[in-house]
Order: sequence, then C-alpha cells, then structure tokens
Amino acid sequence: MSKEKFEEALEKLETIVRRMEAGEMTMEESLKAFEEGIKLARFCTKKLDEADRRVDLLLRQEGELITKPFAGEERESER
Amino acid sequence: MDKGNLKEILSVSSLNDRIKALLEEGFALVWVEGEVSNLRRPASGHVYFTLKDAKSQIRAVIFRTPFSRAGIQPSGFELEDGMSIVCRARLTAYPPRGEYQLIIDAIEPKGLGALQKAFEQLKARLEAEGLFDPSRKKSLPFLPSRIGIVTSPSGAVIRDILTVTGRRFPSVDILIVPVRVQGTEAAAEIIQALGDLQCVQGVDVIILARGGGSLEDLAPFNTEDVARAIARSRIPVVSAIGHETDFTIADFTADLRAATPSAAAELTVPNRADLMETLQSLRSRMNRCLRQETRRLGERIANLSQRLRNPKRRLADIRIALDDNTERMRTTLTRLAAVRRHQLINLIVRLENRNPRTRIVQWFEKIEGLRKELQAAQESRGLQRKNRVRSSMALLDSLSPLSILKRGYSITRRLPDGLILRNTGEVLTGQEVDIRLSAGHLQATITDIRHDVIMTVSRYKEQGKG
Repeated sequence: MSKEKFEEALEKLETIVRRMEAGEMTMEESLKAFEEGIKLARFCTKKLDEADRRVDLLLRQEGELITKPFAGEERESER
Repeated sequence: MDKGNLKEILSVSSLNDRIKALLEEGFALVWVEGEVSNLRRPASGHVYFTLKDAKSQIRAVIFRTPFSRAGIQPSGFELEDGMSIVCRARLTAYPPRGEYQLIIDAIEPKGLGALQKAFEQLKARLEAEGLFDPSRKKSLPFLPSRIGIVTSPSGAVIRDILTVTGRRFPSVDILIVPVRVQGTEAAAEIIQALGDLQCVQGVDVIILARGGGSLEDLAPFNTEDVARAIARSRIPVVSAIGHETDFTIADFTADLRAATPSAAAELTVPNRADLMETLQSLRSRMNRCLRQETRRLGERIANLSQRLRNPKRRLADIRIALDDNTERMRTTLTRLAAVRRHQLINLIVRLENRNPRTRIVQWFEKIEGLRKELQAAQESRGLQRKNRVRSSMALLDSLSPLSILKRGYSITRRLPDGLILRNTGEVLTGQEVDIRLSAGHLQATITDIRHDVIMTVSRYKEQGKG
C-alpha cells in the first residue's frame, strides 16, 4: 500500500470514530466499524513505524534520466 | 598565411564579407554588459538600441521571435533607456552599411535599480495574468511518497531539508535534482529540473529551494520562464528561496511559499509524533465508544431481562387460578346438588302423599262395603219377591184363560191380524179365523154372519198346537 493511502486510511479512521461517537450505530455496525478502525489504525501505525528512506539524486546522462544514491545523506544519517 | 608578401586588393564588398565572416566566427557567443540607450521599437517588432559604457558603444538588435511578445524580452522585463543589462549575444556585420552589431538572444537586468524595476514589471504582469491566483494553487499531499528537491546538492539548504524531513517522518523518500541556483545557467537548469521531475514515478511534491543571497543572486528565481515552469508543474511546488524577507517571482507562483528551507520541509512532511498521537487518540476514542456501547447494551439487556417474565411462573399462576376455580366450582356444585336433593326429597314426599294407590285401597274398601250392603239388600229383596211371585202365580193361575177354556169356552181371532172377535161386525164373510180351544186350534172360514148369537162354523181345521 502506498503512502497516499495513509491519509485516506487516517481520514477513514477519523470518520469511523466520529460515527461511532455519534452513537447512531447498531451494536453489529459498531463492531464492524471497530474492526475496520483497528485495521486502519494498524495500517497507519505500520506506516508511521517505517524508518527507512531513500535519498537519491536525479541526473541526466546522455539525455536519459538516471537516479543514484545521494552521498551526502550518509553523513546526514550518521548524525 | 604570409601577410608580408601578399598584396591582395579587396573590394569593399568582399572586405565587409570577410569582416562579417570573421566576426561571426570569432564572436559566436558573447556576454556583454552595458547601458541601454537610443531604444527604438519599429513596427517590425524588432528592438534596436545602443549598448554603451563610459568609453564605448555598440549597436544591438533583439529580433522578434515567434514566442516573444512585442517589446518584451525573453527574460521577461521591459527595456528602458538608461537600464543596465547583461546580454547574451553573437556578433554580426551588416555589409551594406559597413556596420557591426550585437544580435541579442537573452537579457538580464544588471544592478539593483534595473533588477528591482524588472522584478516589479514581471510581477505586475504575471499577477495580471492570474499566475499567482490562489485558485491555481494545488494542495499538498498529506503524507508525500517522495519529495523532489530542486536545489544545490551541497550546502546548508539540502542538509536542512534532509534533517527536518528525516526527523519529522523518516520514511519519506527524497529525490534531489541538483541545479545551480545562481548565475546565468541557473534558470535553464531549474526549468529543466522541474520538467524532469514531472516524469519521475512517485514524486508528489517538489521543494524549490535556495539559501539567502543578493537580489542579483536570486535573479534566476525572478525570471518569467522559471515562473512559468512552476506554474506548469502538475506536481505541487513549495518554494523556499532566500531569506524570510525575500519574495521572488518563483515564491509568488509556487503553490506554497515557505520562509526557509527548513520551513518548507516542515510544511511538506507531517510530524510523525503528531500523527502517532492523533492515531493513539483515535484508537482510544474508538475503544471508549465500543466500551460505552457494550456497557449501554449490557444495561439494556439487564433491564430487559428483569422485565422479561418467565412463562413458567405465569404457568404456575394459571395453574393456581385453575385450582382455585375448580375448587370453587366443586363447592358451588356440591351446594347446588344439596339444594336440589332437598327439593327433590320434598317433591317425593309431596308426591308420595298423593299416591293413587292409597286412594285405590280406600276405593276398594268402599267398594267392598257397598258390595256387602248390596248383597244384604239383594238377599232380603229375593225373599220378598219369592213370596210375591208365589201369590201372584196362584192368582194368575186362577185368572188364566186356559182354565176358562177347559170349561169349554174358546177364543176366536181374526186372521191374519189375530184380533180377538167379540161381535160379528168385526169379520166379513170369507175371512179366515183361528179358534183357540182348550186343547189345540181350529182354522175356519166365515160362511155366514147372523147378527144374533147363532154362529155357523162351516169348516174348521185343527191346528196341532197345545
């Protein structure tokens, strides 16, 4: 799942919580919503827990676009 | 070529042609700075002026290209007399007049006044065109996948951005497009970089950044072409150019302007810690909701089950009621039976009192009495009668005609009616009569009547009677 879905998931979770708080759901609906909410929360947490990132340079080589790791980042991450 | 020995005589034309060739070859690309004077704009759309400095001057022309508007230079500002400029040009000669001039293809304003003027002009024009309209601004992704950073790959700017993004949200990928951020080639490289990023997978926000510098240092970010490249970008662009107080055309055009590169990084990447907190809060709200819901339902169930009556209990009630009713019914029936029995006995007694047998017996006794009475009466009557009959029979015997007949008398009766004849008038001649004797009968026919006491019997017939 991409990071764009993080926001979607977070929004969905917020909607679910608001709907649950409005108290207009049946028990069955609440349970279903809760289950989905937990799934979304787990997904979001997982996204938040990710720690690795790539830092690349975008370069042109003979008219072609290429990427290569950014050397400066290493100093950066050693900090 | 041996200059000394060769006496070559040239025509003016060929001299000028050779000069032209030399100039064009030797000055194919020059950068030259000077002050604009004698600015002319003929109807052709080309722009002519003289570029000069304190000691010298040179003719210059800017040809109108299909892409440039009349009087507006490619760099986006309007030339004025007295303006200091730097221009990129090639040299050429015009043989018919024996003149040489610069053919300019790019101009940048030079010096604070000119730069400021150019800036104001461009800003006003692009603003009028609507390039800075808030409606054009694209919104930034909440959590970018990959950030394209157009800046110098060395220096504090990129370091700050990497530090801040890494601290706020360590998993966002970064793609740096290294460009020069000042100098004559900077604008072109920035434009190229922005264009290149459009095609890179995953890049969903761009930071265009540069550290602080003079107005001249920031010049590339004040060009129309860079502004248009930013406006063209499908990917939202966050600008962070110069110091907090510097505003460039690029800043106005960008979708979001950040005061510093660090601020740009903060605006682009959400804070992971904040999100963690938000998420935690959402989770606990959700948990609380479910707990509340569960408790509420539990209470409801408890309440309902209290109100729910066990049908067995109800059945017991019914059973008791049934027993009660049965008992009452039995009692009532018993009482009623007793009453009825009493009434019946009463009736039986009354009936018995009126039994006809009793009467019959009485009647029989009465009948018996009467019979005895009758018998007694009959017995006494019979004796009387016997006596009376005896005396009557004696009398009767004495009076009987038969005894008279024995003395010789007879009795004559007219036939057929049997009338006892006492005088002659009672018969006619020829009539038959019966004559009763003491023993037997005679049947005779009257043959003669005499009205005296003579009587003739003509015939008589004994009747075997007696």
